[in-house]
Amino acid sequence: MQDFGSPALQQLIAQLRDAVQQTHAYRGDATALVEAARVENVLCFLRDELDFDMLTDLTAVDYLGEKPRFEVVYHLYSTRANQRVRIKARVAEEAPEIASATSLFASADWMEREVYDLYGIRFAGHPDLRRILLYDEFEGYPLRKDYPKERRQPLVGPRN
Amino acid sequence: MPRSLPRFPDAPAALADDFERDLHTEHQVLNMGPSHPATHGTVKFLIELDGETIVNLDIQVGYLHRGFEKECESGTWYQAIPYTDRLNYNSAVLANIGYCMAVEKLLGIETPERCQWLRAMSGELSRVADHLTRCGAACLELAAMTPFLYGIEARELTWDLLEMLCGARVTSNYIRIGGVKHGMPADFPATAKDFIARIRKLLADFDKVVTSNRIFVDRLQGTGVISKEDCIRYAVTGPILRSAGVGLDLRKAEPYLTYDQIDFDVPVGTVGDNYDRYLVCVEEMHQSLRIIEQCLAKLDKLGPGPVNVLDPRVRWPAKGRVFNRMEELIQHFKSVTEGPRVPAGEGYLAIESANGELGFYLVSDGSAVPVKVRCRPPSFVNLQPMPLMLRGALLADLIPTFDFINMIGGECDR
Repeated sequence: MQDFGSPALQQLIAQLRDAVQQTHAYRGDATALVEAARVENVLCFLRDELDFDMLTDLTAVDYLGEKPRFEVVYHLYSTRANQRVRIKARVAEEAPEIASATSLFASADWMEREVYDLYGIRFAGHPDLRRILLYDEFEGYPLRKDYPKERRQPLVGPRN
Repeated sequence: MPRSLPRFPDAPAALADDFERDLHTEHQVLNMGPSHPATHGTVKFLIELDGETIVNLDIQVGYLHRGFEKECESGTWYQAIPYTDRLNYNSAVLANIGYCMAVEKLLGIETPERCQWLRAMSGELSRVADHLTRCGAACLELAAMTPFLYGIEARELTWDLLEMLCGARVTSNYIRIGGVKHGMPADFPATAKDFIARIRKLLADFDKVVTSNRIFVDRLQGTGVISKEDCIRYAVTGPILRSAGVGLDLRKAEPYLTYDQIDFDVPVGTVGDNYDRYLVCVEEMHQSLRIIEQCLAKLDKLGPGPVNVLDPRVRWPAKGRVFNRMEELIQHFKSVTEGPRVPAGEGYLAIESANGELGFYLVSDGSAVPVKVRCRPPSFVNLQPMPLMLRGALLADLIPTFDFINMIGGECDR
């Protein structure tokens, strides 16, 4: 496994070798695919040991047809070292659940709710996991590749 | 509830009784929005109040959700550009730049120098427009009409310039993958110089009315405070982070386009309150005008030249050749109906938009349709710590705090 000259990947491979499954630096973005069960561990290591203090982005990608189907993507940034690293973890379709990063990064709260809202991936340990962009009565998860763009939703009456 | 209030003040026994009684009180939940005259943006606040003090705040976003990502993932790479206009409609060019640069990163394209200077210039025009809206609308929502009109007059000038450049005031659709739509018209530099002087004059007027205005200062100073540690915890970027004392600006930290050749300063606040945010925004506008002047000077020095990369994957052939030659006609047809094929892979590119880090995370499987177009919206992320800024504050402080967060529905809800 290569570190592509990235100090973050180098440390990650040296310290948490068993959690890292794959690395690449396509177009200069240092990336590590880690085991889903260890993601909290990895993020905590990056925050506390390597000074990645900002979780700038958290999203997911649906690779329909692949196994495991979903990939949760974390983009971290270190304000002191001015460095970025991308952490990814695969989540299976049957049990789309991964540990929440809210206890490590406050910014994960809304972004995890958005991923739950649009992909249906659950974040274990999230304090308030409910839909954020869509409404509660929305059926399905629209950013999944098997959700047709034209699908209509049932009309919902006013709520009190 | 008091059953028998004393009718006369000379009834001491009953009075003492009433004062000692544990009166039933409860917090009031106030529903504000989603369409409220004092907020520019469709967002609903559920405010838990103790008297006039905010105890808790639940922010409900999503009223402007149009399925940006889903739409982008069902069209070609080119077809996403007009959608990016409609993210932050105050500074559409910046979103164009962010998306196109992310696609170029995946394609491995280097754009011509002239194009980069044009992008930097149009992006800064957009930034000025965005900050003018933020500061102007904040005044309006604090019941001051005049400064709003100064701000909007200046914004109109920036939009006139953008119209000269790309034909549209708001939804510019100016940036292309691998270049810009076209270079600037011949009379643009002269008009821009004239307009910049007028914008500076309007900013000075704005400054005279607002910056040391007692009411404005009282409403802004010490309200909506957030510490730099909390900013970083919540991944807050842009003017809010800088007002809290962290001088992080991606134009300096990770210079893209030609920002490494441009001389400009990054204003940083000390307290992290709304007044600091206002001062940071005003100074950023002055810096942006400086950048625009430098871009104009550099473009003048560079002289005429290509503004688009000569890469057949993204560049359409010239019209004259399409009409007269078979190969170019075929290439044109393929470019329009299929669009460019982007090599398989993933990439994240962030630029400094008016609100903070605007990032695009793109995934391609090698086809002409993106697998994933993620927009990392600064408004959405910056809005999240708003309850933290307002806990224990007065209800009236919510208005300026929300204004200077500058949540733009199109970008927040996508």
